[in-house]
Amino acid sequence: MDSFQEILFKLKKYWGDRGVVLQEPYDVEVGAGTMCPETFLRVLGPKPYRVAYVQPSRRPADGRYGENPNRLYKHQQLQVILKPSPDDIVEQYLASLEAVGIDLRKHDIKFEEDNWESPTLGAWGIGWQVMLDGLEITQFTYFQQCGGLDLEVVPVELTYGLERLAAFLQGKESVYEIEWAPGVSYADVRLADEVQFSVYNFELADVAALWKLFELYEAECRRLLDAYPGYADKGRFPVLAAYDLVLKCSHLFNLLDARGAISVTERVAVIARVRRLAVGVAKLWADQSSPVEVAA
Amino acid sequence: MAGKPFLLEIGTEEIPDWMIRPALDNLRELFLKLLEENKLAGEVTSVDGTPRRLILRAAGLPASQKTVVELVTGPPVAAGENASAGFARKHGVEPKDLHTVSTPKGEYFAYNRQVPGRETADILSEALPELILKIYFPKTMYWTGKSGPRFIRPVRWIVALLANKVAPFELAGVASGKVSSGHRRLGRKKVPVSIRNYEEQLEKNFVLAAASARRRRIADGIEALLADRDLRVNADDALLDTLTYLTEYPTPILGNFDAGYLDLPEEVLVTVMRHHQRYFSVAGPDGKLAPHFVAVMNTAADPEGLVQAGNERVLRARFNDARFFWQFDQHRKLADRAADLAHVTYQQELGSYLDKANRMVEIVRSLGGSEEAQRAALIAKCDLTTGMVGEFPELQGVIGGLYARAQGEPEAVARAVYEHYKPLSMEDAIPATAEGRLVALADKLDALRECFRIGLVPTGSKDPFALRRAAQGAVKILVEGRLAFSVSELAAGKAALREFLLDRARYYFREIRGFAYDEINAALASGADDLTDLERRLEAVKAVRPTENFEPIAASFKRIKNILRQAEFTGGGDVVAELLEDGREAQLHNAFLRVRGEVESRRGDRDYQAALAAIASMRPEVDAFFDHVLVNAPDERVRRNRLTLLDRLLREFSSIADFSEIVTSKS
Repeated sequence: MDSFQEILFKLKKYWGDRGVVLQEPYDVEVGAGTMCPETFLRVLGPKPYRVAYVQPSRRPADGRYGENPNRLYKHQQLQVILKPSPDDIVEQYLASLEAVGIDLRKHDIKFEEDNWESPTLGAWGIGWQVMLDGLEITQFTYFQQCGGLDLEVVPVELTYGLERLAAFLQGKESVYEIEWAPGVSYADVRLADEVQFSVYNFELADVAALWKLFELYEAECRRLLDAYPGYADKGRFPVLAAYDLVLKCSHLFNLLDARGAISVTERVAVIARVRRLAVGVAKLWADQSSPVEVAA
Repeated sequence: MAGKPFLLEIGTEEIPDWMIRPALDNLRELFLKLLEENKLAGEVTSVDGTPRRLILRAAGLPASQKTVVELVTGPPVAAGENASAGFARKHGVEPKDLHTVSTPKGEYFAYNRQVPGRETADILSEALPELILKIYFPKTMYWTGKSGPRFIRPVRWIVALLANKVAPFELAGVASGKVSSGHRRLGRKKVPVSIRNYEEQLEKNFVLAAASARRRRIADGIEALLADRDLRVNADDALLDTLTYLTEYPTPILGNFDAGYLDLPEEVLVTVMRHHQRYFSVAGPDGKLAPHFVAVMNTAADPEGLVQAGNERVLRARFNDARFFWQFDQHRKLADRAADLAHVTYQQELGSYLDKANRMVEIVRSLGGSEEAQRAALIAKCDLTTGMVGEFPELQGVIGGLYARAQGEPEAVARAVYEHYKPLSMEDAIPATAEGRLVALADKLDALRECFRIGLVPTGSKDPFALRRAAQGAVKILVEGRLAFSVSELAAGKAALREFLLDRARYYFREIRGFAYDEINAALASGADDLTDLERRLEAVKAVRPTENFEPIAASFKRIKNILRQAEFTGGGDVVAELLEDGREAQLHNAFLRVRGEVESRRGDRDYQAALAAIASMRPEVDAFFDHVLVNAPDERVRRNRLTLLDRLLREFSSIADFSEIVTSKS
């Protein structure tokens, strides 16, 4: 039986062997691997790119104090972006499952319609949830739009739910029983994380402070977006820094939401505020990178 | 059948199951149109599909279009031989091939040009790429780049065979050929096929191309699984359909779960199995849910039980979640959640669900609902704030009802909450109890009134608030629940809403109840304003219609209406007996007086059938009148009196159903 980390090594090796850049996780809180600049910004424009990385993804509202065997505040995704999408992508994906030891002749795989959409990022795509013996193990998406822009080249995004995949392979009922490394369980590594962040997110986070932070990050991001047109040397302009601020806002929104501080009506408005920033950054990125690509 | 067979297979990545059948119907239509536009004989013999292929078979195609003979006229015969030789040369024929034609202007040289038809293969090659991309799908994507073709999912291979030759074309970088593809895991990736062995080759590669074959394999498989056990699956055609179009080689397996979960409400267990896992639930001999399920795999077998074990594990986790929510939600009673509804937006301009709940209570009260019905209206929406509905939104209403029962609300209240979304479709039953009907009606009526108030009226195919379904549900509840409310009052005086409701009533009586559209028009034109009354009138019309006198008298009423219109007669006044001509006219008047009394009393008793029969019994007098009496009498006073008689007749007797709306064989 492979440990969690062994499964991860195999998957990364599989994609690494296919000419994919193996990146490390991004160091700002995100709700999903899609939000990392390696996906969100790289899918824009005509330049081909292939990258894979594990992304710990935080969803404060999904926290269960470590008591629910299948729900986590923070879960690990393996995010694979292939731009443009190869013609045999489905076959390549299925072979990646074989690579971690799933004998597909003995299991049931179905591709069920599931179109992905992120209102905060102004992004959507067409695709499926991949079901392995009735368990959703991967989100498979052909991106169509990101940051409100139609994509010139269509990338495919594969998002593997690593805990689910490992629990499946190891035959565990609870994610906490997954063997992370030989002799070390998922609970040993992550349980305290789940408990403490659930307490913070649901009970102790200060709503007023979170709102203040949200507004500070939003204002700083806005300031950068507004400064771009007047900035002489466009190539040096910190679009990436502006994007980090978008991610901060998005995470703070999730925290406020988990804390129950955002009413349904407000929700739509706050999502729109974050989307405006994300769309603004996407436009700058497209503008900034286009002349460089013409030169190259 | 003479002619060539044709096979088209569009190979794709997995198409959403529910889109496949409509796409196939559309493909058939588009192909027939192609044949027609190109004047090609032939017919579509079948369309079929799986998630990865759309298949069309046609037969009787000619090798090419027919040769058309065109008459080309040249110079006049009078112009002489030089001219005719020049004409022949110009068209590349010999002078001996020419003949002459006579026209009003004289004799001319002419010849019959044979215009050969284009080859069918060429026509197909040219038209198919565009035809394929025209197939309608609700949502499409591009995959080769921003300006590339759009389709439901990427196209990966195409088979296009006219008899045994490929009709060559290219679409999205894919060249058509004669190589198909087998099941993703069990078949070969490249499967050469011919027109004759196509289905057979696919089956060898674990693809059942025909939906009917897959459906049968599922049904037979289930039967075999349960053969020796005292179990049966709960039939579910929609789920069977989904699974048929979600698989290429379906195989059912039987799974089990711990009987301890049967403590949870059956509705929750079934929803998890059906909607979230696409499993059939299974019942024991007593009809109650048994701790088993049937999953349908997209593969041939599960010899080691791995798929079964995997599905069982997933189901266990789902059931545990449901149990968690069930227990957690009980900490806060449903009724105590009413205040929370203030934070749940119903619609931006229409306020919160608390506002909606209050309006629903008011409607129930105004319709004479009991205390219990009003209580149910107040708490009907409270389950929106529960964890269980957050997890299983399709169970809203049902969960509220179950919680209400578990928390000691009166049974009538719990039942009404439980059923207040019903009927979910035209086939679905209305709520079983009087309280349930009123709450369900109030829910729908509120949506209709409020949306119409702020101008959110459905137009064409756009109906974002599902108002048609709401109105349809309201109509069904009113008729089948025998609720004799005035439609005008339900519409709160809004003519547009009244018309909207009546339009749904027309649809209901026509499509569901099988009344003819003219019967419905006739009953509605009589001014029926409550749908139970409308129903009685319809039944009366339908019952009387086949009787001997009915259609002739309906035709006569139409004639009367026309006469009055042509005379621009505005009515008024009484029939003056002295002006009536003895004989046919007086007899008609007497018949009118006789029948009028009967019709009035029958109408009072709502015995519409007897009233209509009485009206129809006047046929001999009406016929005799028209055969022998001239309406347009020379004496203006007599003429007016006759028109008055006809007008009275028409008015009195149109108060049950407007006979002139009935389409008769003679009209």
